[in-house]
Amino acid sequence: MYQGRQMTLRQMNIGQTGTVVTILGGRGLMQRLEGLGIRPGKKVIKISSTLFRGPVTLRVDSTQVAVGFGMASKIVVELDKYLPGDTATR
Amino acid sequence: MTHILLVGNPNVGKSALFSRITGVRIVASNYPGTTVGFTKGYFKSGEEQVQVTDVPGTYTLEPTSKAEEVAVEMLKDGDMVINVIDATNLERNLNLTLQLLKRQIPVIVALNMWDDTRHRGINIDVARLEELLGVPIVPTVGVTGQGIKELVRRFPEASVPKTTYSGSNERWARIGDIVNQVQSLSHHHHTWYEHLEDACNDRIGGIFIALLVLSASFWFIRFVGEGIISYIAEPLFEWLWTPLLMKLSLALGSGGFWHNILIGKPINGQIDYSQSFGLLSTGFYIPLGAVLPYIISFYLVLGMLEDVGYLPRLAILMDTLMHKLGLHGYAIIPTILGFGCNVPGIMATRILESRRERFIAATLISIGIPCAALQAMIIGLVGQRGLQYVAMVYGSLFISWLIIGFILNHSVKGFSPEILVEIPPYRLPLLRVIAEKLWLRVSGFIKEALPVVLATVLVINILYALGIFNSIANAAAPVLTNLLGLPKETIVALVVGFLRKDVAIGMLAPLALTAKQLVISSTVLAMFFPCAATFVILARELGARDTLKAAGIMIAAALTMGGLQNLIL
Repeated sequence: MYQGRQMTLRQMNIGQTGTVVTILGGRGLMQRLEGLGIRPGKKVIKISSTLFRGPVTLRVDSTQVAVGFGMASKIVVELDKYLPGDTATR
Repeated sequence: MTHILLVGNPNVGKSALFSRITGVRIVASNYPGTTVGFTKGYFKSGEEQVQVTDVPGTYTLEPTSKAEEVAVEMLKDGDMVINVIDATNLERNLNLTLQLLKRQIPVIVALNMWDDTRHRGINIDVARLEELLGVPIVPTVGVTGQGIKELVRRFPEASVPKTTYSGSNERWARIGDIVNQVQSLSHHHHTWYEHLEDACNDRIGGIFIALLVLSASFWFIRFVGEGIISYIAEPLFEWLWTPLLMKLSLALGSGGFWHNILIGKPINGQIDYSQSFGLLSTGFYIPLGAVLPYIISFYLVLGMLEDVGYLPRLAILMDTLMHKLGLHGYAIIPTILGFGCNVPGIMATRILESRRERFIAATLISIGIPCAALQAMIIGLVGQRGLQYVAMVYGSLFISWLIIGFILNHSVKGFSPEILVEIPPYRLPLLRVIAEKLWLRVSGFIKEALPVVLATVLVINILYALGIFNSIANAAAPVLTNLLGLPKETIVALVVGFLRKDVAIGMLAPLALTAKQLVISSTVLAMFFPCAATFVILARELGARDTLKAAGIMIAAALTMGGLQNLIL
């Protein structure tokens, strides 16, 4: 059971879904992320990560967004309820 | 005169709508940040002339970057806003819409990319949305023109509704409420492009696809470029232009001042397009016979990559490398544009967030990125001696680009911000749209480059006739021969490089250089100094002080690289 477990976007596995809880950053970062639809309460799916600490891509609504590795460490996500045997859903 | 502004998030199709409304063709692509300046156009509404401005995309009216500040600033000059919305991203786009509705300016909404909502299983109740927002809403498809007439017909209905919310939390709550009422989603199947998107997202698959795309692009550019040269350009010059010039040559008495200027020196009694250097011979052949074919093939490939939506994906893969150069991955987009022409490449550095990044990116483009005209000439001239020599030129440029970027990253104060960018969905580009964009760029090249090339060839001939080049060559001889191992005559080409680099490479042709000397002179010419057009843009974008700094770096880097090549090769 992963219910209620919080981690950063960077730590999530590819294909995992969750809800943004908070953004550990200043107002500037919050505003930039908000413009792209990433804000507390939004459901996100981690789509990919890149080798060598490169950007992380996520999907929020129907948009794919790439965020730098450092930013991905500042986006805190609460993972969706996950039961063993479930397959990842998109 | 009424002034209408096209405002919306990046990559929602503002430029395509702009072209549809005004009939003014401008470059539109499938990546955020295509429009960095603003473009004005006009159309007639009844008796009245209306001005339309394509504003760079912005996510919010609380600006977070320079480009967004520009957009917000421009709102003050408008009489009406066409808010362009990506219908497949209603919630995020309405954030800007609600901010716009609070301003005292009439708004009409174009619900663009309407065709995409259907394949994505998104249903939007347009009438209900109109009621909730209190402004006219017209579904449109910018690339095909669907809904444009209706949009224009409803301009007079644009209005300032009473919108009440305070603060961003209340705004988001209201947006959530609107979206719930007007949008319903139904299941849709994965399209084949979505499968391709998944493959590109894969860590290893992405790198593999990038290598495949880049090598296929390079091969295609060369294949098409060489094909046009050998099957169209050369035969046309040989069968149509040469006989005309021969007649003119006879009429001018096969010699004398005018003959030298117009036709140039005969080589073995014939006109030689690469060596005669007359205004009508080499002056026409370089831009139209040698360079234009590569301009066509380069921009054909670039246009496809842009419209498919591949470039932002490449930016993600390049992010880690670009951070070593003080940039982030998105800087690859201005860099790739620079391979066509450095001028739009340097303009596009505006999509980068900080001044530091713009300085580094613009300097690196002008040193390490050869434009299509220069590349066409290098491939043509150096390639005659063997492709390994062409590879040496490209390799030297790439190494300089990396090393100078690395040094700048460690010496210019500040840090490089991280990438944060929307990845557009893959789209299958429409052939007509690709063709229009290609025509726009190719005709731009002919209009802008041809007169400069002709003027350059004219100036060269006059300076030769006056003997000025000899004194410059003698003065520069020590540096050229000792450091670079080049004959003193090559200085003439380097000087001409200030005007047009393609002509400058052309001037190396009659000098009978060795392969090594050709490699050195081509590399130095590419890095040494930007051409006049690039220099003007650098000065405008960076200011005088930083341009001088960049120019100093270029000269030092070119001499160092040329000197090293002379020692090693």
